[in-house]
Amino acid sequence: MSQHDHDAHSHGSSVSSYVVGFVLSVILTVIPFWAVMTGAFDRATLFAVIVVTAVVQIVVHLKYFLHLNFTKEGKIDTLSFIFTAIVIVMVVALSIWIIYESVLMMMY
Amino acid sequence: MSTSATAHHDAHHDEHHDTGRNTTLGFWIYLMTDCILFSCFFATYAVLFMNTAGGVSGKDIFDLNLIAGGTAALLLSSITFGFAMISAYKKSKGGTLLWLAVTFLFGATFIAIELYEFNHLIHAGHGPSTSAFLTAFFSLVGLHGLHVTAGLLWITIMFIDVAKRGLKDRTVTRLGCLSLFWHFLDVIWICVFSFVYLMGAM
Repeated sequence: MSQHDHDAHSHGSSVSSYVVGFVLSVILTVIPFWAVMTGAFDRATLFAVIVVTAVVQIVVHLKYFLHLNFTKEGKIDTLSFIFTAIVIVMVVALSIWIIYESVLMMMY
Repeated sequence: MSTSATAHHDAHHDEHHDTGRNTTLGFWIYLMTDCILFSCFFATYAVLFMNTAGGVSGKDIFDLNLIAGGTAALLLSSITFGFAMISAYKKSKGGTLLWLAVTFLFGATFIAIELYEFNHLIHAGHGPSTSAFLTAFFSLVGLHGLHVTAGLLWITIMFIDVAKRGLKDRTVTRLGCLSLFWHFLDVIWICVFSFVYLMGAM
């Protein structure tokens, strides 16, 4: 029995952890949908609301659903994710930068 | 007798736990490479979404009510898969099967909504070959949809596995990998609805 408790603990999964993650995700999903569907803000504010709620919700999912952490056992998962995130930022941001600059240069 | 059997079981369990840990880590690294694949599709979409060839843009074709429905189905399927994993760690076979079935239903709802949307768009003359924007859109959202379909197939296989062979350590490890896959797809969907649908519709 204690073995199972230890397992459940080390996987970071308990009902309360999933419920907390779920409630936070619902809130972070409803906010951007509500903001865009009602058109309550101007474009710059909408853009900021969408980006911030998306990033926060990704962190919520990583913590409460995928159980990423900095314990001895879980550290390597988190580090490989951070490495991947850096690669993704380079792939996406640099591609957009290069293509948009080249579009601008071709226009003149 | 029971004591030695328990001790033996524990040693056996730990051994499997370690190989299970390696399997999970290997699968996690696969997911990270999948993440990079998705990021390439996102970069393509970001570069091409303004090239509508004089046709429709996101603002004209995105139905946010539909997307909100799909998002709700996928989010609900995430928490129900969480409950399936908790049941599996508790070695509750009935609970695991029940929650796997519920997860499958929510996932299938998501795919049904997406197929309806794609079908609707293609019949309205906005198929993937109409413009660069629509090609990038169908590729990105379709790639996510294919992953979810693969996840549904995997859930079906695990359902049969658990029903036939019960919750052995190997099966729980496989369920753990599937749980990572399923929650990972929900993370990708956050990016899709935020950067494709919401930004396209604003």
